[in-house]
Amino acid sequence: MPSRTSEPDGRLDRHPILTFVRGRRLRFFFNDRPVYGYEGETIAAALVANGVKVFRHTEKLKRARGFFCAVGKCSSCLMIVDGRPNTMVCTEPLRDGCRVEQQTGRGRLA
Amino acid sequence: MRRAQLVVVGGGPAGLSAAAVAAGLGAEVMLVDDNETLGGQLIKQTHKFFGDKGHYCGVRGVDIATILSERAGEHSVTVLSATSVVGLYPGKVLGLANGDSFRKLGFESLVIATGAAENSIPFPGNDLPGVYGAGAVQTLMNVYGVRPGRRVLMVGSGNIGVIVSYQLLQAGIDVAAVVEALPAVGGYHVHAAKLVRLGVPILTSHTVKAALGAESVTGAVICRVDGRFRPVAGTDRRLKVDTICVAVGLTPLAELLWQAGCRMFHVPELGGHVAWHDEYMETSQPGIFVAGDVSGIEEASTAMLEGRVAGARAWERLNRRTRESRDIIDSARLELGSIRKGPFGEKATCGKQRLAECVPA
Ligand SMILES: Cc1cc2nc3c(=O)[nH]c(=O)nc-3n(C[C@H](O)[C@H](O)[C@H](O)COP(=O)(O)OP(=O)(O)OC[C@H]3O[C@@H](n4cnc5c(N)ncnc54)[C@H](O)[C@@H]3O)c2cc1C
Ligand code: FES
Repeated sequence: MPSRTSEPDGRLDRHPILTFVRGRRLRFFFNDRPVYGYEGETIAAALVANGVKVFRHTEKLKRARGFFCAVGKCSSCLMIVDGRPNTMVCTEPLRDGCRVEQQTGRGRLA
Repeated sequence: MRRAQLVVVGGGPAGLSAAAVAAGLGAEVMLVDDNETLGGQLIKQTHKFFGDKGHYCGVRGVDIATILSERAGEHSVTVLSATSVVGLYPGKVLGLANGDSFRKLGFESLVIATGAAENSIPFPGNDLPGVYGAGAVQTLMNVYGVRPGRRVLMVGSGNIGVIVSYQLLQAGIDVAAVVEALPAVGGYHVHAAKLVRLGVPILTSHTVKAALGAESVTGAVICRVDGRFRPVAGTDRRLKVDTICVAVGLTPLAELLWQAGCRMFHVPELGGHVAWHDEYMETSQPGIFVAGDVSGIEEASTAMLEGRVAGARAWERLNRRTRESRDIIDSARLELGSIRKGPFGEKATCGKQRLAECVPA
């Protein structure tokens, strides 16, 4: 197990009534940078824990977008995951080694 | 194509109760939910439930989710999790999407218990990262143990606004203020009083005017509003926050009901468009039932009771009336009536009354 001290401080480790049982620690990539998360989390949760808030930029006005609803209902959180654009990362489970990239506009299919 | 006797869409308190009751009476039930874990809104609720009537008073929402899921399991409900119902087609067929795969599922009877989606309000910058729905903030911090931000402005002082503010404080996150456009706090006074004791100002007759920041929220402008919700000049104030949490109500997730051709009515007290339904939760389309927030925004206790009524009635429609099914329906309806007479039942009662007066034609 990795030591506690390596946790980014986006995680709540002490809570008066909840205990967080985290799964296996996973390494994944955000814009080619290696970052860590846990099995059982969504990609969005792992990104926010790593201090990442901007998930994409819009087509015309290039406005930044993050998540909004976190339950797969609003389409605010679309990113490129393993080359696939428009992936809803607030419901997409984090997988070991996955490559997550910020998306601009509508995304292009390879 | 597979065909099930009864399909329940949505695995929140309403859907789980409907599925367990119908399966307990002997129906073959499939429950479809788009999340990995069953429980709907309940899985992010870490506070004890309120109310003097419902049997779950004093139990945490997240524990109720576990109890209900276990009960559905005991009655051998088949569960399709991480699966979205994306369409309802003629001939009693549902379209199911799971990852990249799509398939069809037929049904004889259907209970729609899809819950609700969070509302937003218009203000400049409301699309910035850092402006989050209250449910999203709960999901992040209570389900995943992830800090949504460091300092939060809460918009809305209804039950959800005050409860989530308190949960933020529990998680060690600052709440700069709660703004409420109405002249009085809307939510449970117990929670509001706790906030005030902990030093969080609850500013009534105030609203958020703008979110500041280029790529994400770095602040917020709040101001006073008059009796007609217009900003009062010269009352702007800047708050340094990195998160704006909007808790301004929910709208029923009624798409499948529109597709089913159910008669829909707009009832503001129930949160938006809802399907007309009779006292047994059956819509204008025979064999299609509703339960929970999708039939009008209320609370978990009423969602469970409506689920029981819908589940038992769906079973009766497939089979026949029995002593057992009648008992379930009668006792659930009795309890619904008494909850709705309580202090927070007024709005829903009024809404349900209005809906009942609409004619399904
Ligand atoms: C912050 C907060 C605090 C609350 N506190 C309390 C409280 O103290 N006491 C109380 O009684 N109530 C409380 N409530 C209200 C209560 O949680 C809801 O009223 C209740 O969960 C509604 O139940 P439901 O089953 O109708 O919907 P939900 O719990 O929303 O469940 C619906 C489920 O259906 C799924 N779904 C939707 N569409 C589809 C589809 N097309 N395909 C597959 N699945 C789908 C959803 O993902 C979800 O899992 C609170 C709510 C919130 C947000
Ligand atoms: S944040 Fe709403 S769909 Fe992902």
